[in-house]
Amino acid sequence: MAEAESSTGFNIHPMDQFQIKPLFGAGEIHWYTPTNVTLWMLIAVVVATVLLVLGTRGRAVIPSRSQSIAEMMYGFVYKMVEDVTGKEGLKYFPYIFTLFIFILLANFLGLIPGSFTTTSHIAVTAVLALGVFLGVTILGFVKNGTKFLGLFWVSSAPLALRPVLAVIEIISYFVRPVSHSIRLAGNVMAGHAVIKVFAGFAGALGVFSIFPIISITAVYGLEVLVAAIQAYVFTILTCVYLNDALHPSH
Amino acid sequence: MAETTHGADHAVESAPGMPQLDFSTFPNQIFWLLVTLVVLYFILNRVALPRIASVLADRQGAIQRDLDSAEQMKRQALEAEEAYNKALADARAQAQDIVGEAKAEIQKDLDKAIVKADAEIAAKAAESEKAIKEIRDSSAKSIQEVANATAADIVKAMMPGSGDAKTIKAAVAARLKG
Repeated sequence: MAEAESSTGFNIHPMDQFQIKPLFGAGEIHWYTPTNVTLWMLIAVVVATVLLVLGTRGRAVIPSRSQSIAEMMYGFVYKMVEDVTGKEGLKYFPYIFTLFIFILLANFLGLIPGSFTTTSHIAVTAVLALGVFLGVTILGFVKNGTKFLGLFWVSSAPLALRPVLAVIEIISYFVRPVSHSIRLAGNVMAGHAVIKVFAGFAGALGVFSIFPIISITAVYGLEVLVAAIQAYVFTILTCVYLNDALHPSH
Repeated sequence: MAETTHGADHAVESAPGMPQLDFSTFPNQIFWLLVTLVVLYFILNRVALPRIASVLADRQGAIQRDLDSAEQMKRQALEAEEAYNKALADARAQAQDIVGEAKAEIQKDLDKAIVKADAEIAAKAAESEKAIKEIRDSSAKSIQEVANATAADIVKAMMPGSGDAKTIKAAVAARLKG
């Protein structure tokens, strides 16, 4: 959470906004302790419910605004899953939609001044990415058996090159969850930290604080874009990995 | 630059390093994330997604229905136009028939009337002719009588005692015939 800083000199603590604190009192954080993570994840669930459940309760043929938003999100993700993975992937659409909505809302809620961004934490994005990685890998073996290993054996390459390519493919396969999670957390964290640094300057520059304020505004605009794009990137990569599991042949 | 070091002094008060790498908070985050994902998944999968899907399907159905009914109405309109044209043609043909019939009837009446008029005219003409003939005959007789009387008178005056009424009459008749 962002705290009110004392305004004497530079008090730039760009990382303080990412601190995890218990909601009630202070003390050790156990695995079950309700923290600001709990609060903002709960808010994300509430917003998702309001938007996607209450917003569509009219079930109107001509949609209201909120129903329109819900339908557009549904259509957007549905089409993405269908385009990337084909008809077979639509079975997993609810999982992918859940991921998309959670990341999108967490990113956007994190842009509210003073809020806490759950997706800026590696622990969160790593669990999301590992879930996708494990799920897709298990699914690949269940669906294709040992043929799933054909993903690493590039049959279109010359025979001599194939073992080398297989090593590279295996490494790149296991790097997937790392890049998948760090891309999201890194983007979100960096943007928020930059805004905080500029905010620290603004407190100390007096009249000239107009420049950091303009910068904050610009970076904020960029962050809104990043929030949506990173949710999109995470989702489409999930679709791509799922497609590999469903159709492992190169 | 002096200020930055000053800032660094303050940083000591806050947690050192990145909170992201503070492993003591990981179980907490992971637990709440899993709870959140499960709850969100159930809300979306049980309520939101089926509802949106049914709304979209309904809309697709409604659009299809509207298109179908529009197609049907268009067909009906075409049929109605055809029927109208047919009725028009029928009416024309019927009118033609009626006109023809009326004409034929009128012709028949006319012919009958003409024949009747001709007959009447002929009868009248015959009657008139008869009357004229009677008049002519009576006038010819009168002329003969007058001529006989006149001739007898002339003969009596010129040659008294000669000729009798019978001879004079024959002479006059011969003269009139000539």
